[in-house]
Amino acid sequence: MKRIALMGMPNTGKSTLFNRISGASARVGNWPGITVDLTSARILLGGHIAELIDLPGIYDLHGFSDDEQVVRHFLEHNDIDLVILVLNTSQIDRQLSLGLQVRDLGLPTILMLNMVDEARRHGVSVDQQSMSSQLGMPVAMISAKYGDGCKEALQLAAQTMNRESHPTPEHLRDRLSPDDRIEQEMEQIVRSSVQMPMELTDQLTAKIDRILLHPWLGLPLFFGALYALFQFIFTAGKPLQDGVAWILGYLRGGVFEPMLATAPPWLHGLLLDGVYNGVGTVAAFVPLIILFFLVMTMVEDSGYLSRAAYLTDALMARLGLDGRSFVMLLMGFGCNVPALMGTRVMRSRPLRLLTMLVIPFSLCSARLQVFVFMAAALFTPQQAPAVLFSLYLMSFAATFVTALLFKGQLRSDEPFILELPPYRFPTPHQILQRGWLEVSHFLRRATKFIVAGVVLVWALTNFPGDVPPASAYTFAGMIGSALSPLLTPIGIDGQLAIALIFGFVAKEIVIGSLAVIYGLSGDPLMQLMACKLDWVQGMSFMLFTLIYTPCLSTIATLKSESRSNAFTLFSVAWSLILAWGVSFIFYQGARALGY
Amino acid sequence: MLLMPSHDLASLKPGEHATICGIHADENLHHRLNALGFRVGKHIELVRRARFSGPLHVRIGSTDIVMRQSEAARIQISHRAA
Repeated sequence: MKRIALMGMPNTGKSTLFNRISGASARVGNWPGITVDLTSARILLGGHIAELIDLPGIYDLHGFSDDEQVVRHFLEHNDIDLVILVLNTSQIDRQLSLGLQVRDLGLPTILMLNMVDEARRHGVSVDQQSMSSQLGMPVAMISAKYGDGCKEALQLAAQTMNRESHPTPEHLRDRLSPDDRIEQEMEQIVRSSVQMPMELTDQLTAKIDRILLHPWLGLPLFFGALYALFQFIFTAGKPLQDGVAWILGYLRGGVFEPMLATAPPWLHGLLLDGVYNGVGTVAAFVPLIILFFLVMTMVEDSGYLSRAAYLTDALMARLGLDGRSFVMLLMGFGCNVPALMGTRVMRSRPLRLLTMLVIPFSLCSARLQVFVFMAAALFTPQQAPAVLFSLYLMSFAATFVTALLFKGQLRSDEPFILELPPYRFPTPHQILQRGWLEVSHFLRRATKFIVAGVVLVWALTNFPGDVPPASAYTFAGMIGSALSPLLTPIGIDGQLAIALIFGFVAKEIVIGSLAVIYGLSGDPLMQLMACKLDWVQGMSFMLFTLIYTPCLSTIATLKSESRSNAFTLFSVAWSLILAWGVSFIFYQGARALGY
Repeated sequence: MLLMPSHDLASLKPGEHATICGIHADENLHHRLNALGFRVGKHIELVRRARFSGPLHVRIGSTDIVMRQSEAARIQISHRAA
């Protein structure tokens, strides 16, 4: 059987010609020397059955793009009786280079100048005889689209194929050896000095998928993997955060306190309790964000993220979200800030906004500190774990309710179609670069906002200047008592209201602020709170703290990620309303039941 | 090869093969499907389905794709009787 190679530049109508010649008999198959599948068809040409192979379109026979290497390797490993070279007539002045390159191979070749209809309209005319004699190969003019000249061209092709003998693949290998040498050298240099992500073979990917996407095992494995990542981020993050806190404390005590010792008290307070604490709040997030993005980059670039989305999509679709939202939501249980930044993988804005709206309800590790303290103060050691668990359930409930309520407004028009890439190992460089990018992004966008917020809260709890800080006589205390008509129905008194104002900045400082407010700390503070609050009030306070707003850093991130003040404001307002509603129902319900 | 009356992609069972014979989608989705290799005449395999009527995992050539049933229902296929 004869073998015919169909070659040409991209977008010259090569495949149109292939379809016209081959009819419906095309099949896809493997060829010696190359790893990609090529389309071929059996055709009848000049009394012979011949196999016509559609090679990838190339610009340069001696080039080094993937397609160009495929074509070269095909020629070096397969006996070829005829080359049909397709070029665009209108652009023949630029495309003739490929014709000359193919001629030098010495294979029997016919040049088919396609799209003559278009060329004629552009006033391009070709002297077939002259071109043919100078090139040393027959030239045919065709329109593959309309079929003009195709019959004659194929007759000419049959004559060319039968008339000439053709060089062997070995012969072509000799001709193309300079290119092969460059390929080899390229590969060697790249292998020894360039890092590329390693990609697993399709078979291995399919095998791993059989386990990781298993109908029953898939989800448990996903949760297991997530739990492990979570543990890693926060186990490794804790000592780093402690380190940052230690450095900040050391600088404050060792450098800034002595420096400002003679400054007026208000300046001392503004700079240290305001600005410096604000910077400290930002700095405390940095280790977590670095770790989170190191891990997320690894997960994202490994190809697992789209598989996690596949596994969880059934549930999330009913909430108007998709599988990727779920991954971010769970990450939010560590820290809301990087989880919000992680929503960038979503292209559809409504989907992204809805996800950003629900992430702040994830019970993050900072809120957990408050709850652990309160649960220990107000409940027995037997009750405390159940209290914590109920708060986690509440966190999920707030997420689901919010998603269900707003999925109508934030309806995603994005079809859920994701490519599952083969599994890959990202390079360390890729991971580090991404981690650094995200941190610098966070620092640039959030610092000003957070520092301003911390200074404001400092001012509220320290002015007017002649009263005890954080007492009922400060502005914060006045706001607390002004809000009492709102807060009394949910069991929160003026002093706890001040703690909530602190909590607006960061949950990490809520317990610290209670220490300032009550003038006690540690065990005595716990005992005092146990005397002053009953468990219903405590639980109501915890529910409110869980839902009302995560922290200033989260709000700053919401604003920078959504680029919308209205959305940020809405998110904060909705969480306040929901928090008040939940606490109100709980507090009044419990009181009505006689607790 | 015997072509049976057409169904949509969502009706395929895991491990079954088919040929795409029509795509009924708006321009946006059509474009996206095209870019991923969905074309009339292409061979397609349903690799697996997620639990609880979740998404489908399909393979076109060497490309693996997950899509929801609502999107899969827009793709007409003809079963390839083995």
